[in-house]
Amino acid sequence: MNRFFAIALLPLLALLTACNAVVMSPSGDVAAQQRDLVVVSTILMLIIIIPVMVLTVFFAWKYRQSNTDAPYDPEWDHSTQLELIIWAAPLLIIICLGAVTWMATHLLDPYRPLGRISPGKAVSQTVKPLQVEVVALDWKWLFIYPEYGIASVNEMAAPVDRPIDFRLTSSAVMNSFYIPALAGQIYTMPGMQTKLSAVINHPGAYQGFSANYSGAGFSGMRFTFHGLADDAFDTWVADVKAKGTALDRMTYLQLERPSENVPVQHYANVDPELFSAVLNRCVERGKMCMSEMDEIDAKGGLGMAGIYNIRSLEYDKYTRRGAVFGPEPTFVVGICTTEEALQSSMNLQTLPPLNTAPFTGAGLPRPSSTQLFGLQRRPSNT
Amino acid sequence: MFDNPELIKLVFGRLTLESFPLHEPILVATFIVVALGGIALVGALTYFRLWGYLWREWFTTVDHKRIGIMYMILGIVMLLRGFADAIMIRLQQAMAFNGSEGYLNAHHFDQVFTAHGVIMIFFVAMPLVTGLMNFVVPLQIGARDVSFPFLNNFSFWMTTAGAVLVMMSLFVGEFAKTGWLAYPPLSGIGYSPDPGMDYYIWALQIAGVGTLLSGVNLLATIVKMRAPGMTMMKLPIFTWTALCTNVLIVAAFPVLTAVLALLTLDRYIGTNFFTNDFGGNPMMYVNLIWIWGHPEVYILILPAFGIFSEVTSTFSRKRLFGYTSMVYATVVITILAYLVWLHHFFTMGSGASVNSFFGITTMIISIPTGAKIFNWLFTMYRGRIRFELPMMWTIAFMLTFVIGGMTGVLLAVPPADFVLHNSLFLVAHFHNVIIGGVLFGLFAGIYYWFPKAFGFRLDPFWGKMSFWFWVVGFYFAFMPLYILGLMGVTRRLRTFEDPSLQIWFTIAGFGAFLVAIGILSFLIQIFVSIRNRESLRDLTGDPWDGRTLEWSTASPPPAYNFAFTPVIHDLDSWYDMKKRGYKRPEKGFRAIHMPSNTGSGVILSGLSLVFGFAMIWYIWWLAAVSFVALLAWSIGHTFNYKRDFHISTDEVVASENARTELLATGLK
Repeated sequence: MNRFFAIALLPLLALLTACNAVVMSPSGDVAAQQRDLVVVSTILMLIIIIPVMVLTVFFAWKYRQSNTDAPYDPEWDHSTQLELIIWAAPLLIIICLGAVTWMATHLLDPYRPLGRISPGKAVSQTVKPLQVEVVALDWKWLFIYPEYGIASVNEMAAPVDRPIDFRLTSSAVMNSFYIPALAGQIYTMPGMQTKLSAVINHPGAYQGFSANYSGAGFSGMRFTFHGLADDAFDTWVADVKAKGTALDRMTYLQLERPSENVPVQHYANVDPELFSAVLNRCVERGKMCMSEMDEIDAKGGLGMAGIYNIRSLEYDKYTRRGAVFGPEPTFVVGICTTEEALQSSMNLQTLPPLNTAPFTGAGLPRPSSTQLFGLQRRPSNT
Repeated sequence: MFDNPELIKLVFGRLTLESFPLHEPILVATFIVVALGGIALVGALTYFRLWGYLWREWFTTVDHKRIGIMYMILGIVMLLRGFADAIMIRLQQAMAFNGSEGYLNAHHFDQVFTAHGVIMIFFVAMPLVTGLMNFVVPLQIGARDVSFPFLNNFSFWMTTAGAVLVMMSLFVGEFAKTGWLAYPPLSGIGYSPDPGMDYYIWALQIAGVGTLLSGVNLLATIVKMRAPGMTMMKLPIFTWTALCTNVLIVAAFPVLTAVLALLTLDRYIGTNFFTNDFGGNPMMYVNLIWIWGHPEVYILILPAFGIFSEVTSTFSRKRLFGYTSMVYATVVITILAYLVWLHHFFTMGSGASVNSFFGITTMIISIPTGAKIFNWLFTMYRGRIRFELPMMWTIAFMLTFVIGGMTGVLLAVPPADFVLHNSLFLVAHFHNVIIGGVLFGLFAGIYYWFPKAFGFRLDPFWGKMSFWFWVVGFYFAFMPLYILGLMGVTRRLRTFEDPSLQIWFTIAGFGAFLVAIGILSFLIQIFVSIRNRESLRDLTGDPWDGRTLEWSTASPPPAYNFAFTPVIHDLDSWYDMKKRGYKRPEKGFRAIHMPSNTGSGVILSGLSLVFGFAMIWYIWWLAAVSFVALLAWSIGHTFNYKRDFHISTDEVVASENARTELLATGLK
């Protein structure tokens, strides 16, 4: 039965490969398994869909009014056997599909470490997965390689047949990280971390993009994902290391500002704490990390004193920049000693002045006017 | 006075001259066309002295049939707007290749796709569905009106006020640029400070009041006002689906109201429910909005299923196969509708067990839906099928909807969803079920009940034109999107890099063009049918040889629907009455107690509109004044004791005698 439908589907598949349907012919093992699932589910459903379509046309033709030879039975409205069949047939298909779904959902859970690199080829115990930290920014992608201390914007590379462990978050609004040739997508959400395991099996340059609308610059949030042979990957890393500039917190805060269609950029010497600071929304000095607040809350909070801490939890209101401290700096009593606090405020004064212009995700100037609804909006990405 | 910015801000809020999009040529041209059309309409109404008639007979009416018709008109007018947005999207996406930016900038394009989604769901599909239920349900259950006739009028006008707000955003300010469900933090004040998002919130809140109240109203009507003898299992199947839909409305819309209220608080007074700050969580919004959003899908499709059941049975001249299993299938879908919302965001990373649960509950819905399709099939089996327009739409639905159902189940498999989520495959899927299911159903319903509402049929030639252009256009417009989805193209993109995609977008654009001809044919058809109404006249009140109660009364039905409340003995009650040689009573009529018209609905909705507008533009004094006025008028309305009147015996006799004569001419 299955073979028959597989053959029936072949012309469709041929058409799709002809038009470069990357979802149907991916280059990564995870995406390939997901493709298989698409095909198997479609075939399972066609078992019932095709007869229904054929019967619809056949009944409509046979029982047309002008065909007086066909039997006519205006009172016939019930048949227990038939009703059993019409409930049981979809039920059986769904039982099969449900079982497939349960297994596949667990096996292809993006959080589950990879069990194999390609069909019949298990992950070797000696190979360490490539760690990649992904930050979706307005409107570009930042890839951090903690192992190598490098980072790149709108370009990513990975060695062929080495498992990749992504950890993902977002700086401002929700996006979805998707390289169709590699693996299915996963949301990147501000203040939250998602994970994705994947592996690329064939060298090549593949399209990656955001699959969740995120504002004005969304269409330009594309990047190239390079699947490279081991030595080519090493060359790429060395190249980034040699030519890249440093990515410290100040640079990141500049990078974070909204910009569109950003060209590829490379960074060497990445602040090793950067990703965790982005995730906890405390890249800017003076902001309390969400993890710290969690700790404080877990220990019962700080009572009335805690009220003073809330201003440093304001991360991205349009007043976000420069509005951290009131007349007197406030500190979390539970974390800093007085000496540390003093030291910290000394350090603050020596920092270069921050650009305190308010900025928002929609912060790009409107094409035709910079003045909007009486609200003076300063161009913020310049 | 004009050099005092503080005063101007106090009076006009954030509304300034800059708010009027005079620099957008497309909008200026649209405005001129709309303004000219509006002036022509107002002029014509004044010239023909129709204002008084419209106010007395239509705007203030509490007659469920007229309110139903006004809902349909609202839905069709808004369809034109929503479809104009669709054409703009198709054109932009077909153009923006090879470095071209297309003709829309991001600011404009993002509003267009947001408006398209919001309008098509809230102001096209919902009014059309509510309108049909309003018109048909009381007639099908042998009632004279709905339970709360004034509430019905009020609901309609609230929905209209929401639609007016959305239309205003075209010319005063802008609309939301967030996508139709407005996920935060993008829709929060930090990332969408513009009034567009506030238009979205207040339009949906005001229209939502109307939808919820009309849900309560129809629910009460179906539960309490059935004709004697009509037990639940003798309820016409369309009324059953309407019942389930209204249960869904009553249980789901408050969630939407609440989630939008929380977002409003975030935006207006700085709370942190869905922000990134202070431990707010945007994914909470996503969960809540889909807890409303998924039942909403079934709110739309269930009445369509009901229409197909009525049409299949009538045009196959046969009882509906498996009525009982149809009813249970509907009820099962109603319950399961609440257990599947998470399938809209499997990619959130909620873990394999959660995802499998929601994936499998989603698939389970396809079992009762599949049973329904088989029931329609076996209703056709051994029937005598007449291929009138309603039946043509039904067949087109059965062939189209199963494709959409199949891709839907495919998307319910979480790992498959990971590669297809948010892609054009998804866009093709939900258009496949909403156009191929809801819209085809609505067309079947419109063609089926139009003669009942107006006393003449719709012109079949232009109807067939419309049918073929719609159906063929649909396939041209959306099959390429399935393919594009498999090519890894995501939705809401404004520009493209890969030139090999362009051909598919061009085909899809051609499909949209065909659909445009379909819509045009539909409008021509209405015009032609009104012109030729005498030759299309239905004298019998039963043009299709119908089976349910609405066909037992005149076309159009008198204000009181039934001179005598019918007594029900069988499921297909009118068919049963005809078979047993029912004779229409011709004397013994009595005066009929009816509700009076009232202008309160129009006034309350007008005040809500002003309130919404004031809130959007931060004109606080106006918001306060209109809100107080709203409360005052609502309280004042409770002191209105002129709520009812009697249609005198003479009038009933006169209109029933007129019908007797009509029936006699019909027989000649």
